[in-house]
Amino acid sequence: MAVEAPSDGDHVYLRLEGITKSFPGVVANCGINLDVGRGEIHAVLGENGAGKSTLMKVLYGFWQPDAGTISVDGKRLDLRSPSDAIRAGIGMVFQSFMLIPAFSVAENIALTLPGSGVLLSVSAIRARLREFGSRYGLSVDADAKVWQLSVGEQQRVEIVKLLVSGARVLILDEPTSVLAPHEVTKLFEILQTLRRDGYTILFVTHKLNEVMAIADRITVLRKGGVVGTLPRARATLPDLADMLLGERELRAGSFERRDHEPGGRAVLELHDLSVRSDRGRTGLARVSLRVCAGEIVGVAGVTGNGQTELGEAILGLRRPAGGRVVLDGVDVTRRSTAAILAQGVACIPEDPLRMGVAPGLTIAENMVLDERARYMPFGGLLTDWRAIRREIELRVENFGIAIPRLSVPVGTLSGGNVQRLLLLRALARKPRLLVAFYPTRGLDIAATRMAQELLMVSRNGGAATLLISEDLDELFALSDRLVVLSRGAVAGSFRPGEVETVDVGLLMTGAAKRHEWQASPASSIPGS
Amino acid sequence: MASVARLVDSRVLIPLRLLGLTALAFVAVGAFLLLFGRNPIEAYGVIFKGAFGSGYGLSEVVVRAIPLMLCAVATAIPARMGLLNVGGEGQLHGGAMAATWGALTLGALPRGALLPGLVILGLLGGAAAAFVPAFLRWAAGVNETISTLLLNYVIVLLVEYMVRGPWKDPMSYNWPFTPEFPESARLSFYWGTRIHAGLWFALVAITLFYLALRRTRWGYEIRVIGDNPDAAARAGIPLGRYVLLTMCIGGALAGLAGMAEVCAIQSRLRPGISTGFGYTGFLVSWLALHHPLGIVVMALLLGVLSVGGDMVQISLGLPYATVNIIMALIFFVVLGGRFRKSRSG
Repeated sequence: MAVEAPSDGDHVYLRLEGITKSFPGVVANCGINLDVGRGEIHAVLGENGAGKSTLMKVLYGFWQPDAGTISVDGKRLDLRSPSDAIRAGIGMVFQSFMLIPAFSVAENIALTLPGSGVLLSVSAIRARLREFGSRYGLSVDADAKVWQLSVGEQQRVEIVKLLVSGARVLILDEPTSVLAPHEVTKLFEILQTLRRDGYTILFVTHKLNEVMAIADRITVLRKGGVVGTLPRARATLPDLADMLLGERELRAGSFERRDHEPGGRAVLELHDLSVRSDRGRTGLARVSLRVCAGEIVGVAGVTGNGQTELGEAILGLRRPAGGRVVLDGVDVTRRSTAAILAQGVACIPEDPLRMGVAPGLTIAENMVLDERARYMPFGGLLTDWRAIRREIELRVENFGIAIPRLSVPVGTLSGGNVQRLLLLRALARKPRLLVAFYPTRGLDIAATRMAQELLMVSRNGGAATLLISEDLDELFALSDRLVVLSRGAVAGSFRPGEVETVDVGLLMTGAAKRHEWQASPASSIPGS
Repeated sequence: MASVARLVDSRVLIPLRLLGLTALAFVAVGAFLLLFGRNPIEAYGVIFKGAFGSGYGLSEVVVRAIPLMLCAVATAIPARMGLLNVGGEGQLHGGAMAATWGALTLGALPRGALLPGLVILGLLGGAAAAFVPAFLRWAAGVNETISTLLLNYVIVLLVEYMVRGPWKDPMSYNWPFTPEFPESARLSFYWGTRIHAGLWFALVAITLFYLALRRTRWGYEIRVIGDNPDAAARAGIPLGRYVLLTMCIGGALAGLAGMAEVCAIQSRLRPGISTGFGYTGFLVSWLALHHPLGIVVMALLLGVLSVGGDMVQISLGLPYATVNIIMALIFFVVLGGRFRKSRSG
């Protein structure tokens, strides 16, 4: 496919020519050319490992290319560090935010200002915040501490940070992967306003529908090279999927779902569970829920409506304020996390890097974290690391994760690969209960497919699964039963076949009233 | 994917880098000496000759390195899980006090029974001194850096009180020290030097530290906590128990250093049994990046400086503080270099 120049009248603002960057054993970028016009939203589309992140980090000065040049407005840039990039007006929002949780929004922004010196003028920043806030819909409370903000709000802080520091080119690395559907809509509105004001936006993603919704032009990367660049008007979903995946075919979208008799043995029961959240508000309000063996119960809801608290209460990380958690008939409400895990509970946490792995330890060391007693018998004196590595290598290979060596620190892997490792680690235990937060977040199409299949295999094998997700398509495809969590309470419970995704979406955002969604008899919850 | 570079970095470059930074600190001190009209080459020559010029100098280096190694491990064990134990000095004195109590009251026991008992008392004394801040951290979230540091003063003053009050030697003409320990409470000296059995304690402690960290589940869990406490908690690792455990084991080892000082070098308890071994041990641990082998090397290096410092004082008329300045500069330069690296990495 031909590479098209930016549309008429627009001159090329940002130009990447022949960018090549290799790491030991891997060529991440190979002779990449990319032209982006001023005031353009340019989507960079590619699967995990296609080289998107590397390319963006080169543009951000984080890595120096082995070959190739970068120019902005006809001026050639020599970017040796991110601070060079920021001086040249290029800013980047990473998937994991670079904010200090204990600081206020204004303080976080003050920290990044070039030449802000010793004295931080917080009041001046407040004024700038208000200005950008009203112009671009980026309203954020300047005095709120970052840890109190939702993920969407934190992302807005990151964007404001770039604007305040004078960036004209904004790189957004998978910006929607952490957002709830309504937050995505809001982000898109913000991006469109920014485009109107002449900001150039590089939107890195692997989600086709988002590209179609927001991009002016689309560049598709595969295996470190450019497959093609085309304007959105001439792009179709099937074409893009072809470019994205190459010869590989998308596999059919149905799972083998073995039917169980309804109402099997309950593995997890929550009775009137109430949990306080960090902000002192009620995180969960009298939630009752029941997950049976061989059943996937989907929990739909916008992030921040009690999902974190739900997971932490089940895992014994947070003492409930009221109610009971029952596992296989045993009350575990006051048990330690270790005791609960020992009952066969596995978890894929909502923030894999922060909650699931020790980034400085090797892959092999991280893969045994949940099963220390089994892999490290006799206090670890008889740990057979070679056997462990062999076993993990086999599993990793079957799942198609491209990992250089198991002795590499986990922190060097991409977010998608960490997610895959956690999925493997959790399922390798053949858990009685799997608590899976956003199990396919950050995964590309092929890996998502595979992850969903693994979840289904685990279900068919008799595992109880609590699937917490925002992706309604996924929830509908996998769940035997669905509940909606809204403001810490169960807003509805039903079988996927009974309702439309749109209705659930309305319920998630609180637009529909609760009573319309009273549980049908087949899916009723004891005690509700 | 930059794993190969990283590997080379950690195996070869980090020690090289540390060495270079240390040399840089020496150059800086040299400039400082020049400023005051002294010849830095001469000063370093004196330090070097003091430490390596004679068998006595060499043996004294080892003598100083013994408490430094133990106090460094006392810092390193909690540091591996992210705790800052600055209480080595207090824990050392705690161990010394406990051992002194044993030596003064159980002196009638035969040596074979008394000495092991004193070792255990030394360990317990140090562990008790570390237990207080560890418990406060575990139960109330009190910052252990502050509490261990402040407790140092309390315990050192407690030693002062004991040697001027209840434990004062009636024959001391009012000098503040305890009676001399009985022969059965003394650790052996070797090779006609002041090198004592504490050396084995230190080497065994460091070896066990290394093995525990690399080969046991206990060490694995500590490393996980140190790297990511959230992930550790989610994997069911009991963080609170490890706070108590690592702090108390660290404190016990510092206490053992105190026991060795009173039972070998001093043969009685008196103020000033430690010339800041607890603090210098902290320095050693950080300079060695809490690595067992590095601790041995750095403890010896600071032992050289400490012995050399005596010589500078005697033969050049420079204050002993010169050596403190060198140590402080090494510390700043190395930690500064480390910090820069982690930011750009």
